[in-house]
Amino acid sequence: MGIAELAFYAFSMSTLIGGIFTVVARNPVHSVLWLILAFLSAAGLFVLLGAEFVAMLLIIVYVGAVAVLFLFVVMMLDVDFAELKAEMAKYLPLGLVIGVIVLMQLMFAFGVWDYSAGYEGRLAAEFGAGTNTGELGAILYDDYILIFQLAGLVLLVAMIGAIVLTLRHRVDVKRQDVIAQMMRDPAKAMELKDVKPGQGL
Amino acid sequence: MIASDFTTVLPEVLLSLYAMLALVVFVYTGKDRHAVLSIWLTSGAFLFLALILAMGTPTGTASFGGMFIDDSFARFCKIVILLSAALVLVMGQDYAAKHDMLKFEYPLLVALSVVGMMVMVSAGSLLTLYMGLELQSLALYVIAAFRRDSAKSTEAGLKYFVLGALSSGLLLYGTSLVYGFAGTVEFSGIMAATSGGDLSIGLLLGLVFVIAGMGFKVSAAPFHMWAPDVYEGAPTPVTAFFATAPKMAAMGLFARVVHDAFGGVTADWQQVVAVLSVFSMFLGAVAAIGQKDIKRLMAYSSIAHMGFALMGLAAGTVFGVQAMLIYMAIYISMNIGMFALILSMERDGRPVSDIASLCMLSKYQPLRALCVVFIMFSMAGVPPMVGFFGKFYVLRAAYEANMAWLAIAGVVASVIGAYYYIRIVYFMYFGAESEPLDTQTPRRLTVILVASTAVITVGAAFSLFGIEPLAQLAAESLAN
Repeated sequence: MGIAELAFYAFSMSTLIGGIFTVVARNPVHSVLWLILAFLSAAGLFVLLGAEFVAMLLIIVYVGAVAVLFLFVVMMLDVDFAELKAEMAKYLPLGLVIGVIVLMQLMFAFGVWDYSAGYEGRLAAEFGAGTNTGELGAILYDDYILIFQLAGLVLLVAMIGAIVLTLRHRVDVKRQDVIAQMMRDPAKAMELKDVKPGQGL
Repeated sequence: MIASDFTTVLPEVLLSLYAMLALVVFVYTGKDRHAVLSIWLTSGAFLFLALILAMGTPTGTASFGGMFIDDSFARFCKIVILLSAALVLVMGQDYAAKHDMLKFEYPLLVALSVVGMMVMVSAGSLLTLYMGLELQSLALYVIAAFRRDSAKSTEAGLKYFVLGALSSGLLLYGTSLVYGFAGTVEFSGIMAATSGGDLSIGLLLGLVFVIAGMGFKVSAAPFHMWAPDVYEGAPTPVTAFFATAPKMAAMGLFARVVHDAFGGVTADWQQVVAVLSVFSMFLGAVAAIGQKDIKRLMAYSSIAHMGFALMGLAAGTVFGVQAMLIYMAIYISMNIGMFALILSMERDGRPVSDIASLCMLSKYQPLRALCVVFIMFSMAGVPPMVGFFGKFYVLRAAYEANMAWLAIAGVVASVIGAYYYIRIVYFMYFGAESEPLDTQTPRRLTVILVASTAVITVGAAFSLFGIEPLAQLAAESLAN
């Protein structure tokens, strides 16, 4: 067994273990940490496939941003997970039945895996000789330009939605006004009063 | 991207550019003070694009390497979507002004969701389909929760979001199975993979997952659970929008996938669609009987109507697609009229949606009550109204495709459904005396109500305003 195989099995194992513990961990913070392990191992698998760009993207975007965001959300939201679990237990039997049925269907499907006739001709074209990043860019901005732009629109809608649903223009709060604050003139801001002894203002 | 690719997506590009430009302009100028202008401008943009699409001839070719199709079918669906969205936006203006919904983002989110719908009905690959669907749904989730200070509206948005995400997951899972077994996500490629009528079990499973995901979007039973809660909780103008344009888009998408991608294996999806159709028709008819809230009633009514539209699709023929398109166009014109009434239902300036509040409407608002009578008879499928012709088309399609049992089930469900439509008429003319609704209703709602009634009443005399040959052309371009 060469180094590559060894690395493959090691990464696959830790991906699976990370995935399983994400689901079964009692503490949600631990779940997120296991999820990060799964992401990191998946990135390792991508490196083995020769897709370094995707691997680095997975680490930067998923581990660096998404998972850390999850961590913050889980830590900051006060969700009573014990109560949620008790609620879930009610639906567990039905869920199990459906899960088993779907699992059996999938076993049927994957057990007799056969591609449709002539699938070779329909697969996407092989990568050219360029670098990972260059080739991905060429496909993304050339063949899939429409999809790429639509994805941009989806993100725009998400942004508008977040602002519309959460931004509140409150009128009764004091806001910082940098210019006004800097231009304040001590002579006008303060008024000196000479208070005579024994008298009020 | 070459020039010809660009011209095929021109309407979508124009609409997205309009939305982005308007967003920037309104943010830097009047913000919500220009909300009314934003509504009218967006409506105008919809009408303008509908005109462009109606004037031009479809290129008929697939652009972007087959990912985007511009044919008569896509144009038919897009024009219906654009016109209904334009009308519904204008209808909701008074409600929005009264209930703190007058924000300039609202019409722009509707515009972006319409872009998504236009992409959906033009999809030439499962990837385009998914992007269009997500763009549409994401904007709809936001506008469902648009009255963010109302617990009901927030609940509706959240429920819709969670269940919509679930359905997207199902759809994506099916897509990945299809990709794994067929080796492609392009519709033409899937068509080639299933030519000769051999469908591997993996591909069949993928197809079923995709149909389940689309079933959620058209709110066909048993994937309908979100519809009543979302319809009831969302602000009424948003509910009116949900009941019209997105339904057309989702049905168009449904037809596109089953005919363009899986047209070679009709028998395999026919049974699934037929079962969805029967479930929806009966559930919509039976569950609506006990409803007290008119918005919930409209949700069940739309589930039943989707069942009938799916019956046309289940026939699996060109005539079936034509019947489905005619049915959807008629359904939308009836719904616009009905929501023009619901939007004006107020008591002391507060919106009410209780069916009992319509009691004796005929006494103090005879014109509106009469209009609703016509709409209700049309929805129930009583002959001279166009609703009857819609049902007649789909029943005939099912019968001609040797699915007489489905047609009989449809007739039975339609008789059950007639009960709750006619019950509303009973309330309006013979119901118990109750506190009357506000009689000062915005004039434009009355105009739309009367216009919609006129269309569905005399439509049959004008051979459905020539929609039949158009639908036939559209259906032929899809299923050949």
